[in-house]
This record gives sequence, C-alpha cells and structure tokens, in this order.
Amino acid sequence: MIRLEKRPTPSRFWVAATPLIAVVLTMIAGGIMFAILGKNPFDAIRIIFWDPLFDPNMSAYSRPQLLVKAAPLILIAIGLSLGFRAGIWNIGAEGQYIIGAICGAAVGLAFYPAAGWYIFPLMVIAGALGGFLWAMIPAMLRTFFNTSEILVSLLLVYVAQALLAAMALGRLRNPEGGGFPGSRNLAQYPAASNPELFAGTGIHWGVVAAFIAVIAAYVMLQRHILGFNIKLTGQAPRAARFSGVSPVALVLICMGTSGALAGLAGMFEVAGPSGKISIDFASGYGFTAIIVAFLGRLNPIGILLAGLLMALTYIGGELAQFMLGLPKASIQAFQGMLLFFLLALDLLSNYRPRLVKREGA
Amino acid sequence: MMFRRTLLASAALGLGLAFGGAAAAAGMDKVKACFVYVGPIGDGGWTFQHDQGRLDAMAEFGDKLETMYQESVPEGADAERVLTQMALSGCNIVFTTSFGYMDPTNTVAAKFPNVKFEHATGYKRDHANVSTYDARFYEGRAVIGHIAGKMTKSNKIGYIGSFPIPEVIQGINSYFLHARKVNPDVELSVVWAYTWFDPAKEADAAKALIEQGVDVIAAHTDSTAPLAEAQKAGNVVGFGQASDMAAYKPSPRVASIIDNWGPYYIKRIGALLDGTYEQTASWAGMPEGEVVIGEITEAVPADVKAEAEAMIAAITDGSYHPFTGPIKKQDGSDWLKEGEVADDGTLAGMMFYVEGIKGDIPK
Repeated sequence: MIRLEKRPTPSRFWVAATPLIAVVLTMIAGGIMFAILGKNPFDAIRIIFWDPLFDPNMSAYSRPQLLVKAAPLILIAIGLSLGFRAGIWNIGAEGQYIIGAICGAAVGLAFYPAAGWYIFPLMVIAGALGGFLWAMIPAMLRTFFNTSEILVSLLLVYVAQALLAAMALGRLRNPEGGGFPGSRNLAQYPAASNPELFAGTGIHWGVVAAFIAVIAAYVMLQRHILGFNIKLTGQAPRAARFSGVSPVALVLICMGTSGALAGLAGMFEVAGPSGKISIDFASGYGFTAIIVAFLGRLNPIGILLAGLLMALTYIGGELAQFMLGLPKASIQAFQGMLLFFLLALDLLSNYRPRLVKREGA
Repeated sequence: MMFRRTLLASAALGLGLAFGGAAAAAGMDKVKACFVYVGPIGDGGWTFQHDQGRLDAMAEFGDKLETMYQESVPEGADAERVLTQMALSGCNIVFTTSFGYMDPTNTVAAKFPNVKFEHATGYKRDHANVSTYDARFYEGRAVIGHIAGKMTKSNKIGYIGSFPIPEVIQGINSYFLHARKVNPDVELSVVWAYTWFDPAKEADAAKALIEQGVDVIAAHTDSTAPLAEAQKAGNVVGFGQASDMAAYKPSPRVASIIDNWGPYYIKRIGALLDGTYEQTASWAGMPEGEVVIGEITEAVPADVKAEAEAMIAAITDGSYHPFTGPIKKQDGSDWLKEGEVADDGTLAGMMFYVEGIKGDIPK
C-alpha cells in the first residue's frame, strides 16, 4: 500500500522535475494513442516536438510562429499569476482579452484611413483600458458586495463574446467586406497595424510586451513590497491583514493588472496576427493562459517557458495533423494528457509517497 | 508550342495572369496536393464532400498523387500559418475550401509563387498562382425550391442562411423564385446563422423556423442538424445540403443538393501533372456534374418528382437558366426582362433579394 505524507516544504527537486517527467509520460501515452490510430508514434512525437524547432524546411517559419502563439498566452498568464498567488481568481481573462481587442480595434478603425504616429499608441492605451475596466466589474462587485469574482468574471466572458459578434456584424463591420462579417484588416492599415518588427523573427509589439511583463513581474515579486504583499496574502491571509495589507486594494490591483494585460494581448492580436475583429476572433487564449500560469508554477520565468511549450504543442500539433493525417481531436487529447500528467505529478512536490506494509487486523 | 498555348489561354484571362500560365507549363511526375477544411470531415456535409473529392482524385492518379489535409482550420490567423506550413512542407497545389480563407490564401500565395493555390467560392485572384473555383449551387436550389413550393402545406418555407454573401443570396433567390412559380401563396423566412458549421446554432435556427409554422426547410450550412430538427418536429421536410445526407431518407430528407468536387480536383491535378495547368476562375454546375441532385424520395408525389427531373434535365442540357426573366427585384424595380438570362457578373455580386421575399439582407 502506498501512503502519501505531506512534505513540510515542497520538494525543490520535484518542483523542477515534474514538468520534464510529465512531458516524457505524455510522449509515451500519446505515442500509444497515435499507434492505436495506426500512425508511427515516433514520427508523430518527432513532428510535434522536434520539427517546428529544427526541421530544415519548417523551422525558419515555425520558430518565429512559436513567439507569435506564445506571446498572448504569456502576457495573460503573467497577469493572472499575480492574482492567483494572492487567492484572487480571475477566470475571465478571455473576456478581458476580447474587450481589449474590440476597444483597440475601434480606436484604430475610428481613425481610418488617416495616418499618424499617435494612432497605434492610442490603440495600445484603449486595449489596456478596455481589459482593465472589464476586469473592474468583478473586482468592484467582489469588494463592495462580496460576490464571487470566479463566477462573475467567467460569465462576463459570454457577454464579451456576444459583444464581439455584435461588433463584427454591426458597428465595426468592414463596409467594403461584401456582406461578410468582420472588420477591416488592421494589419493592412499601416498606422494601426502591429507588424513584425524584425523580418523573419515573428517579434511584434505583443512579444516585446510579454517579455517586459515577465521581467517586471519577476522584479516585483522578488524586490518590491507589493510582490511581498501578494505572496503573503496568498500564504497567510490573516498575517497579511495584521501587517497592514488592504485586501480591497489588492483585489483591485490584481484584477486590474490581469485585465489590462489580457486587454493588451487582445489588442496586439487584433492589430497583428489576426488582423481583424471577427465572430471567431477569440481563440481561447484567455482560458489556455490559466493552464500556462499553473504549468509555469505561477513563476514569471516558469510562465515564459510554459507559454513556449504550449505554443509548441499547438504548432507541432498542427504539423502532425496534416503530415500524418491525424484527426484534430487526437492533438487536443495529447495536449490534455500533458496537463493531466503535470497536475498528477504535482502531487509529488507536496507529498512524499511511502510504501507501507498493511498491518494485520 | 506549349508556351504559345498557355500564352493564348492566359491572354483570354487578362494581362495580369500571363506570367502564371507560362510558369505552369512544365509537367510533373508526381504531385503533392493539400486540402484545408473549415469543418471536420465528419460534418457529413460541405467538408465531407471536399474530402470525397480528394479521395476521388487519389483513386484517379494512384502513385502519382500524394495528398495531405487539415480539418477544422479557423478562418483567421491560424489559416495563414497552416497554409504557410503546407507550402513549406512541399505541397505543389493547395485547395482552400472555404470563403473565409480568401485573404490568407492570397497572402500566402504571394510568398510561394511556385505553389498553386485554389480557393473555393472566393473572388480574389491577386497573384498569378491563385485560381478560384465555385459551383453553381443556385441550379440545385431551383430544383429543391420547386419541390418546396409543391410540398409545403402551411405555405411557409424556410432557409437557414450562413452569411449574407452573394453565393448565399443567389441560393435564397433561386429557391424562392421556383417555389413561388409553382405556389403563388408561398412565403419565405430566412434565418441567419453566421456560421458554416455549428450544429447547435443550426438546430436553433431550424427550431425558430419550425415555431413560425415553416414546414419545408433548406439550409446553407454544413451539418445535418436542421434535418434532425425536422425529424423531431415530424411534419417538416428538408433537403440534404452539400452532401446527400442519406441517413434522413425518405423523410424528412426528400431530396438533396450534392457538391461533387471530384471532377474538378481530378481536372486540376491532372493539368498540373501534364503541364497544362493555368490560372482559372471556374464556375461549374449541373452540366459539368459538379452540382448533383440526390435521390428524390417516395415522400415526394410522383408528378412533382417528374417535374423536378425535367428541370434537372433542362438545366443540364443548357436549355433552362434558373434566373430567366421576367424577374423583379425586392423593391419592385425590373431586373431581368422577359426571356432575359442573368449574367455571371451580376450573379457573382448578387446582394439583393428578388420580389416577394420579406425582410432585408443584413448590412
């Protein structure tokens, strides 16, 4: 019989080792699944994890795409991790992401077809502000009426999606779009576009912002009193209160920051890789970022790596789909396995498994 | 000789296309053809039929053809990446099978001048290596419109529209015109689903129509959900859309419009193999076998079935065009005079309803 004993402090070894072991276990379990589907499991694993990075034909394009796909995930996850550390659960980043995109795009489209250096910065501000205000709704309701920010922020995602559809069909619709829903393509409107900054690198302003967010969060958590307060509130709420941390201020700061970062991510996406507001603009980054935040152990550097790993499974998964003719659902199952093994193994960082002999009755 | 033939052909297509024609002149021993699908192959409709076309081509060319495909590709930023990865992985020709891939197809085509791109149902051919292909679905809509006009008891027929774009408006107009022709009391309700494939939304749209008293439903979306709703309602009939949807025979599915892409895919891949490939804007229909009416079941009275079959024969041999005057626009102004036939340009940009349809096209 195996008994689990709680460790006094999380094991440093297992904290570092579980992500790697989870990846290996996913490769084995996923390989078995691919084999059952009649595909060569070694080919499938190689295409998912190796080819996007090192295949001579693919990598020049895929590597930059990793950054494009990872940037919004990292940006949102960094914001979420602050609240998660303090026990403030913003589950509605997807909604804040959508509202940020709508606000940013609306500002850009309002200026169409004018040219001006100030248009893009205004869009950035509008995107961040939109996400911030959308997150303020659950934050205010929690501070004044003690509602659950989990439910309110989550339900506001569906409101945001309805707004997105209304905008794609109505106010923001491209008047020259031939009846098709969706806004003008911002990527083709230079003053409002978020282009690749260095050709062939995939780096756009959203990637830059994601890196800045990682560094800022790291410095804040290590060096700043706010970071200390956030950690303290998460670990010992009573102690935090006695030391003068205002729970109201912390809710507003954490929700506001995560909302603003999610809004920024949406704005950079709509002005760059996506290009336009459309009904299916929202691609679930806001929800996937929750996974990235936990995959990265709520640690800024961890989130950076987790975002890149997540992006790799997306891009490699796409490659595997058409190179091997795998169904899309098998790739989603593969991503699910990764999270399953990670969370399951997480147990080992906090608990020690012990083999014990069953005692006779 | 080869060069001259392509030049002549491309001159007909216009000056801008000449380079593409010339570049395609050399034949190939083996072709890798790639397909991008908007839904899952298991949708039983639009994507399923494109995949059938892919399989037809594989059966035709055997070892000379290798194919790859990716299903459920969203019509946004992801499409551009998928197309680029396909081009990088050595595809010689890429078929993008949904309207929403129009911009990504042209963007990626600019970066890979040696790869041929074929975009279904679009109108943008910005580069010499982009062709477009479409089917005259409105020919099929005429036949099922005729059946709908005869079959309805409530005199209320419905249409689930996907997006208000010309291709869909053509279908609505053709369906209504031919229902009205045989049943002057018929009224048409249109519901916009704003999706190509979303069984839940399609079912909701069908329910809304049925609640309004509609008893014949046509759909311009890809799933079998509207037929499932019709079956639940009991006294409602509908049509297989894009695919035969034979599982719902003999009722509620009383007939179907089948998109048969095999002949086109075989023609284009064959042209690439033997070096005769040229940029085109293909718009084929019943005469070419691209639009096929599936079995008209025993739920349809024999005389109505005979009339429908006569119409199919007339459209196939070219003696009848579904848009033949006199036809007025919704606002009462004249569109086509007695005996006049709609030209392709007007149809391709059709953004108006014909007289008798209530409601507005969403703007």
